Amino acid sequence: MSINLTNVIYTYLKGTPFESLALKGVSTTINPGEIVAIIGHTGSGKSTLVQHLNGLLNPGSGKVTVEDIDISAKTSEAKKARQMVGMVFQYPEHQLFAETVYEDIAFGPRNKGFTPEEVDKAVREGMAFVGLDFETFKERSPFQLSGGQMRRVAIAGIVAMNPDYLVLDEPSAGLDPRSRDAVFREVMNLHVTRKLAIVLVTHSMEEAVKYAKRMLVINQGNILFDGKPEEIFKEHTDELIEIGMDIPESYKLAALLRKQGMNLPEGLKDEKELAKAIKKAKGWK
Amino acid sequence: MIKITELKHYYTDADGKEVKALDGVSLEIKQGEFVAIIGANGSGKSTLARHLNALLVPTSGKCEVDGLDTMSDEKLWDIRQTVGMVFQNPDNQIVAAVVEEDVAFSLENVGVPSKEIYPRVKAALEAVGMLEFAKHAPHRLSGGQKQRVAIAGIMALEPKCLVLDEPTAMLDPQGRKQIMETVKKLKQEKNITVIYITHYMSEALEADRVVAMHKGKIAFEGTPKEVFSRVDELEQLGLEAPFAAKVASELRKAGAKLPKDIITDEELALALCQ
Repeated sequence: MSINLTNVIYTYLKGTPFESLALKGVSTTINPGEIVAIIGHTGSGKSTLVQHLNGLLNPGSGKVTVEDIDISAKTSEAKKARQMVGMVFQYPEHQLFAETVYEDIAFGPRNKGFTPEEVDKAVREGMAFVGLDFETFKERSPFQLSGGQMRRVAIAGIVAMNPDYLVLDEPSAGLDPRSRDAVFREVMNLHVTRKLAIVLVTHSMEEAVKYAKRMLVINQGNILFDGKPEEIFKEHTDELIEIGMDIPESYKLAALLRKQGMNLPEGLKDEKELAKAIKKAKGWK
Repeated sequence: MIKITELKHYYTDADGKEVKALDGVSLEIKQGEFVAIIGANGSGKSTLARHLNALLVPTSGKCEVDGLDTMSDEKLWDIRQTVGMVFQNPDNQIVAAVVEEDVAFSLENVGVPSKEIYPRVKAALEAVGMLEFAKHAPHRLSGGQKQRVAIAGIMALEPKCLVLDEPTAMLDPQGRKQIMETVKKLKQEKNITVIYITHYMSEALEADRVVAMHKGKIAFEGTPKEVFSRVDELEQLGLEAPFAAKVASELRKAGAKLPKDIITDEELALALCQ
């Protein structure tokens, strides 16, 4: 039970002068309940890759299956399989369209064939998950909300569909630090309570190391590395910088301190872990 | 260069409620200064930026650019040539199919004689380090390169002031570095005034001055050292301090005696490894 990509090749703008090979034979598996970060420079193919996960794009050759069902098929079974994978795009506020928050979130569940009672329940659950009070927000226009709130409405709309896999394409782009943390708190909450698998496309090395257990590094239409973020950041620092990526801030500062002779362990993910390790190295209580 | 006095910008939202997007902002910016503006979503940063080239005008108060009042209709085009704006999404700012034509577009638009266009396009592309891509198709460039083309399009107009509204929000780490290096180079070589809105504190660290906004007002301002050593206050505004300042703050909470103004990795390393 997983999403399987087998030798996926995708050509962008096929048959035009701009034709280019975006994915050059990608094979990988996204397992139920895991958190996978996907990093890569702009144009590396990572957005093309994730659009294959729910059939928004179909491979030119190769195969994508969800729970062993080929999702490029035109059967109702394939449609159901595609709906198991929810997708929140970059700037999800651009996905909003309805007159009220309620109607916007209800769109997906209705489309999925829920009864009115089920739709209502799904909308309430979706809103509760992202911390939007039902009575306060249900009648509001989604376009009158703040950027962070709009993004939460968009996520609530996906949550209401009750997917098994959630793909987030740069969910924190353009958000201030507090809204960024709030979005991730909700996503992690979903991951824990619903055993939801998360695929996180990000330009933030800090988010990758903080939230993901596994990381795919995409370069020139191929998977360059696949492994634990802390190991990839430690073992492939130079290659990552060469392809336009970076290492997390906490790794940079820890490396500098080690160079000055401080004895620090590897894999320190944020300021709290690093501060703790410094205290220990210094023999402070 | 820029003089903002008691600027208020109110509007009425769809529910008929008055929104105070800017609620009494006073700010002076000198020619050649690099000012970073930080603040939570909805704090008024972008509204403020849009007053600088008269995309928005004050409800009350005054906004002057190079001595020109932005309320003056006759001076509108002078103001827009004095202050250039760069936005978040490079794809929305590029119009032509070849890089040099894209940069030339703004010049043709303001009626620059054709003889002068090419030298100015060349100079602008050179200033952002994109001259070698002059004949390339913009859609094949990386995000950082596209954004530098957008900046070149503005620079070709030879503005005195460049306003960038989260120019790196959509870029990868290398793209972010490219933009920061470009901005610093423009400031140094052309003495251009830079107003830079960002959610990346590591970028704001590079500015001469940092202005923190909150609910339509300036919460505090100062050098990066002055602003970013206020770790707890920044957090209350929904912001954060640069990484080294956060680590230093954690260590201080545990009783470590560290200088109050540590904001960079190097400063923290120096304080810890003496």
